[in-house]
Amino acid sequence: MNAHALLGQSINLCAVTLLVLAFAMIAQRRILTLIHLFTLQGLALVVATVLVAHLTGDHHLYFSAAITLVLKVVLIPILLHRVIDRLHVRWDVETLFNIPTTMLIGIVLVVFAFQLADPIASLSASIARGTLGIALACVLLSFLMMIVRAKAVPQVIGFLSMENGLFFAATAATSGMPMIVELGIAFDVLVGILILGVFMFQIREQFDSLDIRHLERLKDD
Amino acid sequence: MDALTLLLAMPLAGGLTLGALGHRRVAQDINALFSLATLLAAAALTARVMGEGPFEAWGEWFFVDALNVFLVTLTAFVGFTTALFSRPYMRVECDHGKMTPGRMRLYHSMYQLFTGMMLVALTTNNLGILWVAMEAATLTTVLLVSVYRTAASLEAAWKYFILCGVGIAQALFGTILIYLAAERSIGGSDALLWTHLSTAKALLDPQVLTLAFVFLLIGYGTKVGLVPVHNWLPDAHAEGPTPISAVLSGLLLNVALYAVLRVKVLADGALQNGLPGHMMVGFGLLTVLAAAFFLMRQKDVKRMFAYSSIEHMGLMTFAFGMGGAVANFAGLLHMTVHALIKSAIFFAVGHAAQKAGSQAMEDIRGLLKLSPTVGWGLMLGSLAILGMPPFGVFASEFLILTSAMQSLPWATPVLLVALGVAFAAIFSRVQAMVFGDTELRPLAHPPALLPVFIHLGLGLMLGLYIPPFQTAWYRQAAAMLGG
Repeated sequence: MNAHALLGQSINLCAVTLLVLAFAMIAQRRILTLIHLFTLQGLALVVATVLVAHLTGDHHLYFSAAITLVLKVVLIPILLHRVIDRLHVRWDVETLFNIPTTMLIGIVLVVFAFQLADPIASLSASIARGTLGIALACVLLSFLMMIVRAKAVPQVIGFLSMENGLFFAATAATSGMPMIVELGIAFDVLVGILILGVFMFQIREQFDSLDIRHLERLKDD
Repeated sequence: MDALTLLLAMPLAGGLTLGALGHRRVAQDINALFSLATLLAAAALTARVMGEGPFEAWGEWFFVDALNVFLVTLTAFVGFTTALFSRPYMRVECDHGKMTPGRMRLYHSMYQLFTGMMLVALTTNNLGILWVAMEAATLTTVLLVSVYRTAASLEAAWKYFILCGVGIAQALFGTILIYLAAERSIGGSDALLWTHLSTAKALLDPQVLTLAFVFLLIGYGTKVGLVPVHNWLPDAHAEGPTPISAVLSGLLLNVALYAVLRVKVLADGALQNGLPGHMMVGFGLLTVLAAAFFLMRQKDVKRMFAYSSIEHMGLMTFAFGMGGAVANFAGLLHMTVHALIKSAIFFAVGHAAQKAGSQAMEDIRGLLKLSPTVGWGLMLGSLAILGMPPFGVFASEFLILTSAMQSLPWATPVLLVALGVAFAAIFSRVQAMVFGDTELRPLAHPPALLPVFIHLGLGLMLGLYIPPFQTAWYRQAAAMLGG
C-alpha cells in the first residue's frame, strides 16, 4: 500500500471517528463527558483537515485546520467548561428516555444520508469522496440529538456538533470553502456560542433550571 | 467614497459609535441620523444603478443590480422610519422601567449592526458571505428579542436562535453543495461568486443543484417563515420590542426570500425543468393556507400580525414560484408594499399596546376615542394589508391571483379561501380594538405618527400609481428572475 492510499484511508478513518462520536453523543447522559466527546470530535476534524490539506497540497486548508483547532478544540470547550462550572451543572446526569430507539432512528438517518449523498459523491473531485455521506449523517445525527435533548447545554453541543459535520462536508467533499467564508463562519460560530452562554445564564436566572421544557409556554391556543 | 462603501460603512460605524457612547438622551437621535445617512447612500446607489446599469464593486466582492438595489433602498428606508418610530416608543419603555440604560445601549448598537448585516447580505456577490451575513443578522437580533428578560421573551429568543440556527445550517450545507458543483466548471475561490455561477449555470450538475436547492429552500425558508418551519417567527415578533418586530417582519423576511430567489435563478438554469418553481409554489400555498387558519386563533395582537406576515411571505413565495414576467413583477411589488404597510401596522400596534399596557387584543379597546390617529393608522393599515383597494396590496394580490388563474388554476380557490379567512380574522379583531369605549391611558410622549402615515401613503400611492422608474426597476428584476 503506498503512502497516498494510506492517507486516503486515514481520512476515512477520521470520518468514521466523527460518525461514531456523533452516535456516542446521542447516548451520553453526563454533561461533562458530552463536552469531552465534543472536543474529541473537533480533534478528529482537525486531523482530517490536515490530512486533506497534505494530500491535496491546498495550503489554505492548514489555516482552516488551525482555526478549527483554536475554536473547536480549545476556545469553545473552555467556554463550555466555564459555563457548566458557573452554573453548577458539571456533574449533572440527564435522564434520557429510550436510548435504543433513538439509536435505531440514528441508524435509519445514516442510511438515508448515504442514499442521498451517493449520486453526488461520484462527482466530487476530492479524494475522500465517500465522506460526503458521513458528513451528512453527522449533521442529521446532531439534529436528532437537538430534538431529543431537554436541557440547554446538550442542545447547544448538538448545535455545535452539527457545525462540525458541515465543516467536514466542506473540507472533504470540496477542498474547503474560500478562506474569507471560512473565517466568517468561524466568527459567527464564536459569537453564537457567546450569545448562547449569556442565554443560559438568563434562562437559569429566570427559571432556576436549564431545562428547556420550561420553554414551551408560548403556544397557539 | 462611493455610495456602496458609504452604505455599508454607515450602519457599522453607527453600531460601533452607539456601542461606545453608551446610552444618553441623544443616542436615539444619533441612531436615527445614522439610519438617515444609510438611506441617503442607498438613494445615491440607486441613482447610479438606474443610470449605469448593474455593476460589480471592490473587485468582484459586491454586486448591485435591479433586484438587490430595490431591496437595499427599501431596507434603508424602513430602517430609517423605524428609527424615528423607536424614539418615542423606547422612551416610553424606559419610563415604564422595561429598558435600562445598558439595554438601550445594546438595542441601539445592535439595531445599526442588524441593518448593516442585511445590507451586506443583499449586496454581496459571494453566496458564502450571504450565508455569513444572514447568520450574523440573526445573531444581532437574538439578544434584542430577549431584551425584556421575561420568561416568554427568553423562550422566544431561544427558539429563534436554535430554530434559525438549525435552518441556516441546512442552508450552509446547500451552499457547500453549490460550491461542490461549481468547483469544477468555475474553479477556485470564484466558485461561490453569484455572477460567475449565473454565467455558468447551465454547466452545473443538475443532481447536485436539486439537492442543494432543497437544502437552501428549507434553510433560508426557515427565516422567510415558510410553514412548517415557521415556529420561531410569531414568538420572536410578539416578545421583542415593537421596532424590532417591525424590522424583522418588514425587512429580514424579505432578505431571506431574496437569498432564496438568488439560488432559484441558479437552480432554474441548471435544471431546466421548473422543479425549483414547483417546490416554491407548494411551500407558498401551504404557508398561505396554514397561516390564515392560525390567524383565527390568536389573542395577542403582535402575534396575529406576525402570522399575517407569514401568510404574505407565503404569497410572495408562491408568486415567485410561478415565475414569468407578471408573477415576478407582482411578487416584487408585494414585497415592497408588505414591508411598508406591515411596519406601519406594527408602529400603530406598538403605541396601542403601550397605551393599554398589554398586547392582548381583549385589553385594547376604543383606540379611536383616546387617540384617533393611532386608531385610524391601525384601521387603515389593516384594511391595506387585507388587500382592500386602492392600496398597493390589492394591486399585487390581484396580479398574483390573475396569473395564478392562468398558469395554476387549481391554486386560485385555495388562495381565495385563505385570503377570505385572513380577512375575517383580522378585520373583526381590529374593529373591536378601534371602535367602542375605552379604558386606555394617554402616554407621556406623543406617538410617532409620521412614519405610520408616510408608509400608508406610499402603500396607497403604489396601489394607484407606480412611478415609471420603479416600473422599469421591477421589470428588470423580474426579467432577471425569469421563470
